[in-house]
Amino acid sequence: MLDLTYTAPTPKVISGAKHDWELVIGMEIHAQVSSNAKLFSGASTAFGAEPNSNVAFVDAAMPGMLPVINEFCVEQAVRTGLGLKAVINLTSAFDRKNYFYPDLPQGYQISQLYHPIVGEGEVLVEMGPGVARRVRIERIHLEQDAGKSIHDMDPTLSFVDFNRTGVALMEIVSRPDIRGPEEAAAYVTKLRQILRYLGTCDGNMQNGNLRADVNVSVCRPGQYEKYQQTQDFSHLGTRCEIKNMNSMRFIQQAIEYEARRQIAILEDGGEVVQETRLYDPDKGETRSMRSKEEAHDYRYFPDPDLLPLEIEQAWVDHIRETMPELPDAKKARFMGDFGLTDYDANVLTAELDAAAFFEAVAQGRDGKQAANWVINELFGRLNKEGKSIAESPVTTAQLGGVLDLIAKGDISGKMAKDLFEILWTDGGDPAEIAAARGMKQVTDTGAIEAAVDEIIAANPAQVEKAKQNPKLAGWFTGQVLKATGGKANPAVVNELVAKKLGL
Amino acid sequence: MSANELTIAAARDALRKGDLTAVDLTMACLTAMDAGDELNAFVHKTPEIALDQARAADARLKAGDAPSLCGIPLGIKDLFCTKGVPSQAASNILRGFKPEYESTVTTKLFAAGGVMLGKLNMDEFAMGSSNETSCYGNAVNPWRRGNDETALTPGGSSGGSAAAVAADLCLAATGTDTGGSIRQPAAFVGITGIKPTYGRVSRWGIAAFASSLDQAGPMTKSVRDAAILLEAMAGHDPKDSTSADLPVPDFEAMLTGDIRGKKIGIPREYRMDGMPDEIEKLWADGQAMLKDAGAEIVDISLPHTKYALPAYYVIAPAEASSNLARYDGVRYGHRAKLAQGDGITEMYEKTRAEGFGKEVQRRVMIGTYVLSAGFYDAYYNRARKVRALIKRDFEFAFAAGIDAILTPATPSSAFGLGEMASADPVEMYLNDVFTVTVNLAGLPGIAVPVGLDRKGLPLGLQLIGRPWEEGDLLNHAYVLEKAAGFVAKPEKWW
Repeated sequence: MLDLTYTAPTPKVISGAKHDWELVIGMEIHAQVSSNAKLFSGASTAFGAEPNSNVAFVDAAMPGMLPVINEFCVEQAVRTGLGLKAVINLTSAFDRKNYFYPDLPQGYQISQLYHPIVGEGEVLVEMGPGVARRVRIERIHLEQDAGKSIHDMDPTLSFVDFNRTGVALMEIVSRPDIRGPEEAAAYVTKLRQILRYLGTCDGNMQNGNLRADVNVSVCRPGQYEKYQQTQDFSHLGTRCEIKNMNSMRFIQQAIEYEARRQIAILEDGGEVVQETRLYDPDKGETRSMRSKEEAHDYRYFPDPDLLPLEIEQAWVDHIRETMPELPDAKKARFMGDFGLTDYDANVLTAELDAAAFFEAVAQGRDGKQAANWVINELFGRLNKEGKSIAESPVTTAQLGGVLDLIAKGDISGKMAKDLFEILWTDGGDPAEIAAARGMKQVTDTGAIEAAVDEIIAANPAQVEKAKQNPKLAGWFTGQVLKATGGKANPAVVNELVAKKLGL
Repeated sequence: MSANELTIAAARDALRKGDLTAVDLTMACLTAMDAGDELNAFVHKTPEIALDQARAADARLKAGDAPSLCGIPLGIKDLFCTKGVPSQAASNILRGFKPEYESTVTTKLFAAGGVMLGKLNMDEFAMGSSNETSCYGNAVNPWRRGNDETALTPGGSSGGSAAAVAADLCLAATGTDTGGSIRQPAAFVGITGIKPTYGRVSRWGIAAFASSLDQAGPMTKSVRDAAILLEAMAGHDPKDSTSADLPVPDFEAMLTGDIRGKKIGIPREYRMDGMPDEIEKLWADGQAMLKDAGAEIVDISLPHTKYALPAYYVIAPAEASSNLARYDGVRYGHRAKLAQGDGITEMYEKTRAEGFGKEVQRRVMIGTYVLSAGFYDAYYNRARKVRALIKRDFEFAFAAGIDAILTPATPSSAFGLGEMASADPVEMYLNDVFTVTVNLAGLPGIAVPVGLDRKGLPLGLQLIGRPWEEGDLLNHAYVLEKAAGFVAKPEKWW
């Protein structure tokens, strides 16, 4: 495997009216655990069901109902922890976070404050070839999602839908290691990619299956390095938390806005107030939701309905043994085995099914050529039609067949593109189609030679020009290809033209 | 003797021999239940369910397929959720609430052939020691101080269960015990009540008061009945994560009456200042009875006992404040009528102010306070540490070879209803002084009637056993019961 070494990116610098400022960002990602059943009940987690149809008695907090942990959700959290190279805590415990809200039937959320299931890990966030930020993960804990309050169905009443109540979430908490809006988005993208590779979260941000709380502060250049040496937060600025964002674009916009807001306050001689803020994408600004003083007192305490969660090392080891290949490893392997560029390897490993598609096409063939075809022709066409790779009408075998015909010299690149078009719309076997439609390039030197001679004889003026300026030889190649109806092998034509012209 | 006066054991034998039918037995209880309205023990009567179950029991008896409680009429504490039957935890906030599900305990009792006569009065959400916090008004103790007609408390929180069993309105009843709520009322009405080891009986379907302390258990006319009923109630339940995956022994078969060579611990810290001499004497009598039966009496120390009550009154309200948050008027039960412009905060405040009684509100506030930022370590965390020390006290005692610990069950006999009304709430909390340690340590404890005080009221002693050894504990209680020969019954005035 290729060993990838990286240098850290330079932090984003924002010039205020008076000084330069740097950003310090930490994130809490709420990722819905991929599981058919909820964290503490057997109710379904299917999205889009009729309101209040996926609700067990315990989800509705009926009297006397008790939570029972869903083992699969625990397994998913462990798998995620292993995917983030994190410490797995064999003993963890659930706590109650108490607050009143209609979409929280119990009046408390079951979470893991004191003893999370996953401890410290890391995520490598690439910002360019050879440039990456190593973002430390502080912890991952399991917790229940809340339901949904609906305030716009009636002028005087609010409605609640408990379908999402009790669905398992992983809260993935990073250290304040992210240094700019682009890094923040790249971090979420990378995390989402890893979760999708692991199959522990589908990462659908539109459905709210991946949401981010972003902690933003600003500091003068040099301060962050002091924090890094000491881990003493007093070197950093006061942070504000921007809650509940589910779009990469909004995350970047919100951070940018929030940083500039804080800088303006500080340069005016003011102080940033620690508070929770919301981003309004319509106005492009963050606004205060509640201050530190107004913050809830959640009265966390160990949930007496649940015993501490004990898991065995052997079980963790078993999960580790069945881990899929993760994005970093796959990228390194693609670069090493197939000779891909950093860029192409990134594109091809972004999504698991695309990577698998590429690999099937590239297997036993020219990797670079396979990458070009998958990225340019296939992805280009899929994007144009708004299709996913799973919906691709062209299969790996078909695309592989096209590449084989090219490799054998049977068809030209132009023919291959035409063939791809036919496969896209009509399907079929590439070799058979090529044969049936006479898509076979001529490599017979005798036939090509005759054509070259003919063109040279008919264009003496051009011959003279080309002899003075060899770049004009391409004109003859074009004429020969035209004359042979595109079937002549361009490489052979080039060679013959050059020879005949004495270049 | 009327059939409703029978013990479970006696009725079981009569039913199997064909001397009695389940329907006749149930009818006798229903009649007694209706005649006992003045006791206010039953708050929801379910005669139709009872008769259906009795008829089914008779069919099984006839077929020779009779499980342990076949045809036995029982009362069920209102804290248990019973499907389609009002289950209100004696609270206005659950007014009209009929669950769509059946608690694990009642499911097991019905599977064992039990007959449900109705739901029994209790303190609201099991918070109280006199049954006076009930939204239905208090139940009344069938016992009186001689000719004095002053109405006495049946104790609490399982006061309705205690009154119903003592007055023979049913053969036995279920109770729940968070700090003494089975044992104190049992002692106040002269019956037997056992709180099993924490985790022995499923809590699923029982409205929660303090989850780490709550346990359901039987309240019966004899130790043998307690053994029979506990066996039917107990067992692992995958729906309760704190339920223990252990086999349930044949408790009745363990009543050998032989405790020779057993070591009975007498904890010196339970000798309280100002303890009535009648209680002192009862305790001494109990020791003598066990000694006569061949047990060895050993003085022991449980040094952290004095911190138990304060720790309990931090932990239990803390859990309760969270457990009762679900009663918010959003999904079920009471919702206050709102004024124009009222929002969600007003809905919560008005609903909970109207729905919860004073004592529940007090404990929710205490619990909220002890969990709040800045006080958590001083109260809740410290109480948890005390709890661990109390548990360790018992572990040391048992490790030193003690088989059971004998203490008084209550600091006094039943007091008059209303007598504590103007008292500091802490005085009421003192009723739990001998019983809360057992809940904090998760141990089994049983109250057995041993004698009468000068006023003619029953007094009980408590035996505390090793975890999961309810069988051995019941056997000790059985010996004490036999030696005490407590046969007194309240004179019927209702």
